[in-house]
Amino acid sequence: MAKKVALLQGNEACAQGALYAGCKFFGGYPITPSTEVAEVLSVELPKVGGKFIQMEDEIAAMASVIGASLTGAKAITATSGPGVSLKQELIGYACIAEVPCVIINVMRGGPSTGMPTGPGQSDVMQAMWGTHGDHAAIALVPDSCQEIFSETVRAFNLAEKYRMPVQVLYDEIVGHMRERIEFPEPGELEVIDREAPSVSPEDYKPYDSTKGQVPPLAAFGSDYKYHVTGLNKADDGFPTTKASLVDAEERRQIDKVMDNIADIESYEEYLTEDADVVIWAYGSTSRSARYAVNELRKEGIKAGLFRPITLWPFPAKRTAELAEQAKAIVVAEMNLGQMVLEVERVAKGNCVVVHEGRVDGDPLNPGQIMDKVKEVL
Amino acid sequence: MAYDYEKSIRPGKLPHIWCPGCGHGIVMKGLIRAMDTCELDRKNTAIVSGIGCASRLPGYLDACTLHTAHGRAAAFATGVKMAKPQMNVICVGGDGDGTAIGGNHFIHACRRNIDMTYVLMNNYIYGMTGGQFSPCTPTGDLASTTPYGNPDPIFDISKLAIGAGATFVARTTAAHPREIDKLIVKGIQHKGMAIIEVIDDCPTTYGRRNKFRSVIDMMKRLKTEAVSVKAAAKMTAEQLEGKFLTGVLFQDTEKPEYTVQYANVIKKAQGA
Ligand SMILES: Cc1ncc(C[n+]2csc(CCOP(=O)(O)OP(=O)(O)O)c2C)c(N)n1
Ligand code: SF4
Ligand SMILES: [Mg+2]
Repeated sequence: MAKKVALLQGNEACAQGALYAGCKFFGGYPITPSTEVAEVLSVELPKVGGKFIQMEDEIAAMASVIGASLTGAKAITATSGPGVSLKQELIGYACIAEVPCVIINVMRGGPSTGMPTGPGQSDVMQAMWGTHGDHAAIALVPDSCQEIFSETVRAFNLAEKYRMPVQVLYDEIVGHMRERIEFPEPGELEVIDREAPSVSPEDYKPYDSTKGQVPPLAAFGSDYKYHVTGLNKADDGFPTTKASLVDAEERRQIDKVMDNIADIESYEEYLTEDADVVIWAYGSTSRSARYAVNELRKEGIKAGLFRPITLWPFPAKRTAELAEQAKAIVVAEMNLGQMVLEVERVAKGNCVVVHEGRVDGDPLNPGQIMDKVKEVL
Repeated sequence: MAYDYEKSIRPGKLPHIWCPGCGHGIVMKGLIRAMDTCELDRKNTAIVSGIGCASRLPGYLDACTLHTAHGRAAAFATGVKMAKPQMNVICVGGDGDGTAIGGNHFIHACRRNIDMTYVLMNNYIYGMTGGQFSPCTPTGDLASTTPYGNPDPIFDISKLAIGAGATFVARTTAAHPREIDKLIVKGIQHKGMAIIEVIDDCPTTYGRRNKFRSVIDMMKRLKTEAVSVKAAAKMTAEQLEGKFLTGVLFQDTEKPEYTVQYANVIKKAQGA
């Protein structure tokens, strides 16, 4: 049987990916350029018995998503720019309380209201460091409508598997672009559900990590009664200020991600094997970068593309290897220098690292990237 | 025989953090009695709070308890109730939590008329952070950030709730402990957003600064200022000067409840 295909906008693909993953709850607040995610889910969620709620602001939206997730529902919110800033405190809450949820950030320019209808890639450091306190983060950066679909599914999988918030960041260009999408058959893409506890309700501890770094999460309204708090807590979920317990829990919550990078990591390479210069780009910018690589090759310049799909945790190992191999890395991003700082950090001076950015609301074009490559070589 | 509160308290979680004479403990006992009267299955009951001394209450109770972020209880609780409407949802918290930082969530939960019971402990102050003024600190009173007397006017929480669309609004005080559970019971039985404002006391950060020599003085003030709706009906405006009403202040059984409304959305979406 032929696969179901459709011409979908990135934001619509995101909503369809969420449904494929089994999402049953959306809580949001309208903001350009993310609104279509909400609009599609307001139509589709009730059809599958799911719930859609438009809350009074983005903080409330994030709160509702965490509350819904604790009842066992796969939950998502979608926002942009100022809305992402408002959500930060509760993203941290989801980190420390270890509540699975997915946050879609359709990136626009900033700071503040910035350019609501223009693209940007300037929230990428915020995705890691936006909320206060030490924590791990997972952020995915798809570059096409098909990939928005599959990465939204993967975001749910990672959220459920690692019991934490996962952010999907794509810029306005990909969010509003229309492309042909093939709908995967049910079962074709892996769909992961959170692990339920196997111990009796009496013995259940919501943060008991003796059997693994990610403790099973019981649903509110099942047989399990437990406590959830944003305070530092012991394995039983109750607040503690005991240094050794606080330290162990904080570290476990970071280790559960950093010890599993191989599982979480995802990137694509294009003509990097013999590359003298590697263009390091993600999201819509990587599409310009790929074009630039082809053009540069025609001119005899050995260029390649490294495209992270998992942006956080940062692809440090592979980036460091490329820095040893190449003469230069050109980090192309629609901001004035964010991921380039990480690339510089792991390159350790083994190659030249330069940045090509732009924040005027126009996409980074291939010509601009090519000029930079020629300048650096 | 003494009332058995123990069975509702999580083993090993007492003593609580509250100061001697704090009104929040009286409210917790009232809540336990009300949950017992309504025979709430604790497995199927979520107790949600924000941050503050009042908001520490859920941690002591044996149920599905969710201690969230400052001001956000109603928003978290909305997510819980929407996702699992069959659960009993109870919010608890302080005046600062519910009406300052959480004021927006509070009024919108009232507007939606989502089925939950919100017990708001109004001690006229930010207790946990050391006695800064809240939107409910009486004008002229002293707080750690109103050294010359509070210039701010106050929110009347119950009026705010009625105006915002809550369909059950009641008020009592920590000096009327038996009325606390009676009103919470009515709130739990009411299908829709029920607000129970309990005016209580913070001897440590409010009483001390405002020349109450003892907790007893604070309780006396609550007793003299509180007038039941029934008694008030026979009093003149002059006699009601400086008093506040207690009892069931408002009830509307007509306005549709939010999760019922959404169940209709699901029916429509599924073409039924
Ligand atoms: C975002 C945020 N801002 C400020 C605080 C600090 N804070 C903690 S409790 C509190 C006030 C609590 O007052 P109230 O809700 O009246 O409860 P009470 O302590 O009086 O019972 C404040 C301001 C916080 N925890 N989070
Ligand atoms: S500071 Fe006030 S509100 Fe907090 S526990 Fe003490 S008396 Fe109660
Ligand atoms: Mg208070």
